[in-house]
Amino acid sequence: MAATTQTIEQVQEVTGKYKYGFVTDIESDKAPKGLSEETIRFISAKKEEPEWMLEWRLKAYARWLTMTSPDWAKLDIPPIDYQDSYYYAAPKSTEKLASLDEVDPELLATYEKLGIPLNEQKRLANVAVDAVFDSVSVATTFREELSKAGVIFCPISEAIRDHPELVKKYMGSVIPVGDNYFAALNSAVFTDGSFVYIPKGVRCPMELSTYFRINEQNTGQFERTLIIAEDESYVSYLEGCTAPQRDENQLHAAVVELVAMRDAEIKYSTVQNWYPGDENGKGGIYNFVTKRGVCRGARSKISWTQVETGSAITWKYPSCVLQGEDSVGEFYSVALTNNYQQADTGTKMIHIGSGSRSTIISKGISAGKSQNCYRGLVHMQPTAENARNFTQCDSLLVGDRCGAHTVPYIVSRNPSAKVEHEATTSRISEDQLFYCLQRGIEEEGAVSLIVNGFCKEVMKELPMEFAVEAQKLIGISLEGSVG
Amino acid sequence: MTALLEVRNLYASVGDKPILKGINLSLNAGEVHAIMGPNGSGKSTMSYVLAGRDGYEITGGDVLINGDSVLELSPDERARAGMFLAFQYPVELPGVGGMSFLRAAVNARRLEAGENEVDQLAFVKMVRAKAGELGISDDMLKRAVNVGFSGGEKKRYEILQMALLEPSIGILDETDSGLDVDALKIVSDGVNMLRAPERTMLVITHYQRLLNHIVPDHVHILADGKIRKSGGKELALEVEESGYAGIDDAA
Repeated sequence: MAATTQTIEQVQEVTGKYKYGFVTDIESDKAPKGLSEETIRFISAKKEEPEWMLEWRLKAYARWLTMTSPDWAKLDIPPIDYQDSYYYAAPKSTEKLASLDEVDPELLATYEKLGIPLNEQKRLANVAVDAVFDSVSVATTFREELSKAGVIFCPISEAIRDHPELVKKYMGSVIPVGDNYFAALNSAVFTDGSFVYIPKGVRCPMELSTYFRINEQNTGQFERTLIIAEDESYVSYLEGCTAPQRDENQLHAAVVELVAMRDAEIKYSTVQNWYPGDENGKGGIYNFVTKRGVCRGARSKISWTQVETGSAITWKYPSCVLQGEDSVGEFYSVALTNNYQQADTGTKMIHIGSGSRSTIISKGISAGKSQNCYRGLVHMQPTAENARNFTQCDSLLVGDRCGAHTVPYIVSRNPSAKVEHEATTSRISEDQLFYCLQRGIEEEGAVSLIVNGFCKEVMKELPMEFAVEAQKLIGISLEGSVG
Repeated sequence: MTALLEVRNLYASVGDKPILKGINLSLNAGEVHAIMGPNGSGKSTMSYVLAGRDGYEITGGDVLINGDSVLELSPDERARAGMFLAFQYPVELPGVGGMSFLRAAVNARRLEAGENEVDQLAFVKMVRAKAGELGISDDMLKRAVNVGFSGGEKKRYEILQMALLEPSIGILDETDSGLDVDALKIVSDGVNMLRAPERTMLVITHYQRLLNHIVPDHVHILADGKIRKSGGKELALEVEESGYAGIDDAA
C-alpha cells in the first residue's frame, strides 16, 4: 500500500509540474512516442475535448501507473513496452487503389471464400468504389431513420462534445477507470468508438453495426463503446467484421459498457477476426478487452454473443451485472484457436437482484499447437434470492498438440440460488471424419462441417447474415489444422 | 470387359494381425454380389479397406475401379470416383444439419465432375421426394445427421444418401443388422430401386434373410479372411441350412 501511495504522490507531483507548462502541438499528426501525460493531453486536444474529459483521462492514467499487468490468465504474454509505441496517429489518408487487380490476391481469395459482395470487397481493400456506394448513402439513410426514432448513434468523440450529460453520467459507471490494467489504459488513451442511446420505449428499427458508423477509421486500437438502453427499449448491436482485419497495431485494449434499464434489452454480437499471426506464431494482435453490461432495472436483459477466431492472444470476459429483479444475462461464445494462438476467455455473471437468471454456453475449439481456456465466474450475492444459472462449457480438440482448459469459479452466498455447470471435452472422432470423407467431402470441409455442428447452439444466436459468414470463417480459420 | 470393381488377391492387416488373406472378387456393372460370413471372418474389414479407411495396412494385392488401381486414393477421392459405403453403424454428427450435410456430399461430387453446385431449392425438393419413398419424414431431415435416429432410421438414411449420390459401386455393410421385419422390407425396397445396369452392389451380411429381399446374382462365402466358396443365390440357402461350419470344412 505504501508503495502505491508513494507512486500516486509521484504522479501528482509530475502532473503538477506539467499542468501549466505544457503546450500542445496540435498541428502534428502523431502524438509524442510513448505513454505520458503529454500524450494524453495531445489526444484530448486533438479530439477537442472539454476539460472534464481530459481530467477523467488523466485520473485513469494515474491509476494505470499504480497497476500491474494481470498474470492470472493461462496466457503466455511477452512483455509489452508501452513507451515504444504511438497512441495517436491521425487517420492516414492512404491512397485509394484503382481496381481490385491491385489488391493482394491472398486477401481476395479469403473474401471470395467468405462470399463478400464485390463492392464490400472494394471498401475493405481500400479500392475506390462507385459513386453510389461511396457516398455512404446507405449510412445516411440509416442515420435519418434512426434520428426519427430518437436513437443516438455516433462516434463517442462526437457524443463527448454533443451529449456530455449522458457521457458523464454513464461512462465509467459500469467499468470504473481503475477496474483493471487494460481498462485503465483504455480510459487514458482511447481514441474513438461508438455511442448508442435508445430512449424510453423505443425499439431500435435496425441492427446497429460499426459498419454503418461514419468516421470509423483507425479506431481499432483503443476503442471505447457505450450503449445505454432506457426503460422498455431494445437494441441489437453488431461489432466487427468477418473479413480479415489487417492492423499494424499489435496491442488492442477496447472497453465496452452496456447499461440496460427497466424492461430494456441489449443484444451485443461480435465477430472478431484480427490477424492471428502466422503458422509459426509470429506476429498477430493482442486482444485485451474489457466488456461489461449492467442490467440496472427490473426484467432487463443483456445478451453477449461472440465468435472469436482471430488475434494471437485473447483476454476477454464479457460480463453481466444482474442488478435488477428478474433480470437476465446471457453469454454465448465460440472461441477457436489454431497454430500458436492463445485464448483465455469467458464471462462473469454477478447475480444481485432476486430472481435474476443467467445462461452461459461456451464452445472452445483448439487446433494446431494452440491453447484455449474458458474462464468464468458465477457469483450469487446474498440478495440474489431464487437466482439461477446454467453453464455449459464444451471443448473440442482438433489434433493432439493443442490444449483445452476449463476454469469455472462459482460463489454462492444465497441458499435459494441454483447453479448448474456442465462441461465436456471431446475430439473430432476418426469415425465422424471417415463418415464424411466416405461421402466424398474433403478433409478440411469435413472438419469445418463437424466444428460448425459443434458450435451450432451459439451460431444460431447470431443475426442471420452474420451467422452465414461466421460459419465460413470457422472453416477458413481451421485451414491447415488437419492432414 | 473390365469389371466395375475388382479385388485382386488382397491382403490386409490391422497392426500385426492379418485379417484379409488373399481376396479375389470381380463385380460387373448391373450385378449384385453378396458376401456372407461368420463373425470375425473379415467382412467389415473388407468394406473399410475397400473404402480406404486409415488404420488398415494393405500387405498385398490391389483394388481397381474400372481397371484403375485406387489404393493410392484417399477415402474422399474413392467416394468421388463412385464408391459408396452404407455403414453398419452410421455415425452421429451432432449439430450438423441433415440438409447441409447431404448438400455438401452432393456438391463435392458435382464439383469433381466440373458441374455447378446444386440449386438449393431444387435440391430440397429432390431430397424430400426421395426421402418420401424411403419413409423418411421431413422432421428427420431437419435433425442433425443420425442424432436421435432409431436403428431403422439410420439405415434408411444411409440408403437415402446412396440414392442421392448415385454411386457406381454400392457397398452395404450389414445393412440388415438391428432391423425388424418391417424396417428390413423398407430398406431392401430402397436398395432394389437402386439396382441399375450401370451400377454394381456388394451386399455384406451375416444372415441369409436379407437376401430374400435383395436377391443377389452371386454369393461368396468369406471365412478367415478368404473367399471359401462362390456360387449363385442358392448358396445362401445352403448356408442357412448347414451353417458356416460346413462351408469352412469344405474349404
